[in-house]
Amino acid sequence: MQTNFSLTALADAHVSESEKILRACVHCGFCTATCPTYLLLGDEADSPRGRIYLIKDMLEEEKPATPQVVEHIDRCLTCLSCMTTCPSGVHYMHLVDHARAHIARTYTRPLPDRLLRGMLAKVLPFPGRLRLALRVATVSRPIRKWLANLPGGTQLAAMIELSSSFKRRRPTRRLPGATVDRPRGRVALLSGCAQQVLGQNINEAAIRLLTRHGIEVVQPIDEGCCGALVQHLGYESRALDAARHNVDVWTREIENGGLDAIVVTTSGCGTVIKDYGFLLRNDNAYAQKAVRISALARDITEFLHELPLQDGVRTTGQVVAYHSACSMQHGQQVRDQPKSLLRRMGFVVREVPEGHICCGSAGTYNVLQPEIANRLRARKVTNIEKVKPQIIASGNLGCITQIGAGTGIPVVHTVELVDWAMGGPLPDVLGRRLG
Amino acid sequence: MSKIRFTEPNREILARRDSIINDLTRLVDPAGLITSADECRAYETDALTAYRKMPLAVVLPKTTEEVSAVLKYCHDTGVKVVPRGAGTSLAGGAIPSEDAVVLGLSKMNRVLAVNYDDRFIRVEAGVTNLSVTAVVAENGFFYGPDPSSQLACTIGGNIANNSGGAHCLKYGVTTNNLLGVRMVLIDGSIIDLGGDYLDSAGLDLLGLVVGSEGQLGIVTEATLRILKSAEGARPVLFGFPSCEGAGKAVADVIAAGIIPVAIEYMDKAAIEICEAFAKAGYPLDVEALLIVEVEGSDAEMDATLADITAIARANGATTVRESRSAIETAAIWKGRKSAFGATGRVADYLCMDGTVPTGKLSYVLAEISKIVQRHGLRVANVFHAGDGNIHPLILYNANDPSQQSKAEAAGDDILRLCVEVGGCLTGEHGVGIEKRDLMRCQFDDADLAQQIRVRAAFDPRWLLNTDKVFPLDFRCQG
Repeated sequence: MQTNFSLTALADAHVSESEKILRACVHCGFCTATCPTYLLLGDEADSPRGRIYLIKDMLEEEKPATPQVVEHIDRCLTCLSCMTTCPSGVHYMHLVDHARAHIARTYTRPLPDRLLRGMLAKVLPFPGRLRLALRVATVSRPIRKWLANLPGGTQLAAMIELSSSFKRRRPTRRLPGATVDRPRGRVALLSGCAQQVLGQNINEAAIRLLTRHGIEVVQPIDEGCCGALVQHLGYESRALDAARHNVDVWTREIENGGLDAIVVTTSGCGTVIKDYGFLLRNDNAYAQKAVRISALARDITEFLHELPLQDGVRTTGQVVAYHSACSMQHGQQVRDQPKSLLRRMGFVVREVPEGHICCGSAGTYNVLQPEIANRLRARKVTNIEKVKPQIIASGNLGCITQIGAGTGIPVVHTVELVDWAMGGPLPDVLGRRLG
Repeated sequence: MSKIRFTEPNREILARRDSIINDLTRLVDPAGLITSADECRAYETDALTAYRKMPLAVVLPKTTEEVSAVLKYCHDTGVKVVPRGAGTSLAGGAIPSEDAVVLGLSKMNRVLAVNYDDRFIRVEAGVTNLSVTAVVAENGFFYGPDPSSQLACTIGGNIANNSGGAHCLKYGVTTNNLLGVRMVLIDGSIIDLGGDYLDSAGLDLLGLVVGSEGQLGIVTEATLRILKSAEGARPVLFGFPSCEGAGKAVADVIAAGIIPVAIEYMDKAAIEICEAFAKAGYPLDVEALLIVEVEGSDAEMDATLADITAIARANGATTVRESRSAIETAAIWKGRKSAFGATGRVADYLCMDGTVPTGKLSYVLAEISKIVQRHGLRVANVFHAGDGNIHPLILYNANDPSQQSKAEAAGDDILRLCVEVGGCLTGEHGVGIEKRDLMRCQFDDADLAQQIRVRAAFDPRWLLNTDKVFPLDFRCQG
């Protein structure tokens, strides 16, 4: 597509990168067909092609974001389904990240929106604060309907509603690493911020799986949030700080003991860590180190898939609907490994119709855009239930929470099922059903 | 850039913009009325991005009744209307005018009825082509026309352009697969044409509507023929050391009376682009590739393939490779259907769309090379060879205005060539704005005057998709 940037604008590294992305787009419109918001709303401005066009105009004209542009960019789930579809190789993720940073710089959001986003960015990446917030949410439950009537209240109500779906909360602590005799490999396992509080069982299963296969697991004590959350909220510098911090932490591990991989059990985080090399490309002190970190990042199913895997020890055969998180299938293009692991363990894996469409979780999206998120959840649950599964498996806590709030079928993390099949404990939510 | 002229907007309409918008708020749901500059901008072009015009407003109705109310209003007050499906036109068919309201059908995307006994499906016009097949596939049925943009393009747009696709060699184009439409005329009246079966009574008005590029009315519902899928299907790749050999092979297959499901052509430039994207196993050591798909029982496919292979070999084919799995078949078609978009990785392009007699393919391909070279540009050819529907992609740099003009001039020369050899200006993309001024190469004044009379019978005030199809200086004489 033709572009029209001034030379001074192109001197900016972000703008020149976005210009390259825009030049690749031929405006063919294929992406509209697989975009969840275009499917629901039918407005070009709520499609990837429309958003790309609005971003192009905003950047070319070097103008501040308008409320209309912000509304349509905010409605983007960042599911990246468009990138899987795009035949021209348009890197929508980098373009929309740039647009969000531009919005953050040039647009003042209404106060309730600002407070909500500020709170999400200050709470979710910090396990201690999140635990406290969940307690507040629990006691606020009776007044959620009243809250919904306040400005920005629908989002608060959505948050309280979501928090109540975490039924299996156990006292949590940071998991220690795990050593093995004569290790055949050594990996860092990302703790995940929200996952430490809401789904510690996932990494417990991951550690059992890894050590069972002779892999030593380290969990660096000062590892922080991957930065995905603040990145998607448009807080660019905070995202870069988060990336730099983790690059330092993992580089130290590489230098003291070596790492074969940085293993991730939350695919949303995996997408961003794999992008550190790009995010820090203009930072001379970090560019090379970040490329090395990104190259080491693996989803747990990718990593397991490359190992000589032990056989399962339990009677399986249960029908599992595998829900591929968008960050897994579109962000990381990891498609077959999770299903192949489950099949290898003897589960009957069913593909979900319309599996490429987002469940509506999308990081903080189900809090910020509850109406669209709820419609997408209903659509997803209907599609999942069509294949009549006994269990739903997914590789991302956000999806597990979102889908779990809309169906009676138990939703578990893929590694929990694989771990159980190899002799680990039965995931809590399956207790009464399969026990 | 601007080879193509637009008419001056009607200042009186522009001056009334606020009151027009105010009136429209009473006719459509608020979520379906778009008026801010930023949001209208998303509708200023389609897949021919070289041309752009901001519309007066955009309406996205949800029902036939809303479409009717908007058209009646526009008719009564003299406001132009530009219909839009998914905005995938490569000929600028959905590009607005500044004094026009864009009427998009993207919110009308429901499936209304499926009848397997009588083999039809009724859908709203905003349903995408591929989702029609998706609805009936689990019962072993499909919808025939399959334009390469089938993932995104709408049935309404297919009807407006009489779209074809790779498999229309056997199954025909839209007009052969459309049974009936519900359509709104510019005065707001709602009419039904055709029915639930082929060839309904009376004049074939349905045939008139297909390919009329949104100038006779706006189709809101369509009844489509669905077909039972064949027992099996197998694409085969035939590689040739010369474009002429491949072109001659196509002509010989057709002349022999063999009708495969599809015969698709790619030249070396297109093969490289598509292979890099789809990793379909296309041979990279050949000058031209034919993807020939046959279907039926194994014995039937073997017999047809033996005949085709003999013809291909006689024309110098050096590679013959059958797809060995469903995954390979999917990759072969994904590469072909994504060819235009994948070309975007390499360069900007103008996608031409003309038809030529299959016997002239070799000659036309050689001439296209000469034309494009003469203009100092490159070309990639990827097209539906079996029905002579060529799609040269003229590669250029859109940020270089001189290259833009050269690309357009080369495109015009190619389309003139199609007409000279006895073909047609457009196969399936429509005339739009792109080929409007070339219509005189195809038709003389008497022909054009007759077509304009037909058009005016439906839309006497020229309000529907006004600036498209007919040369701007001709319409007044109609």
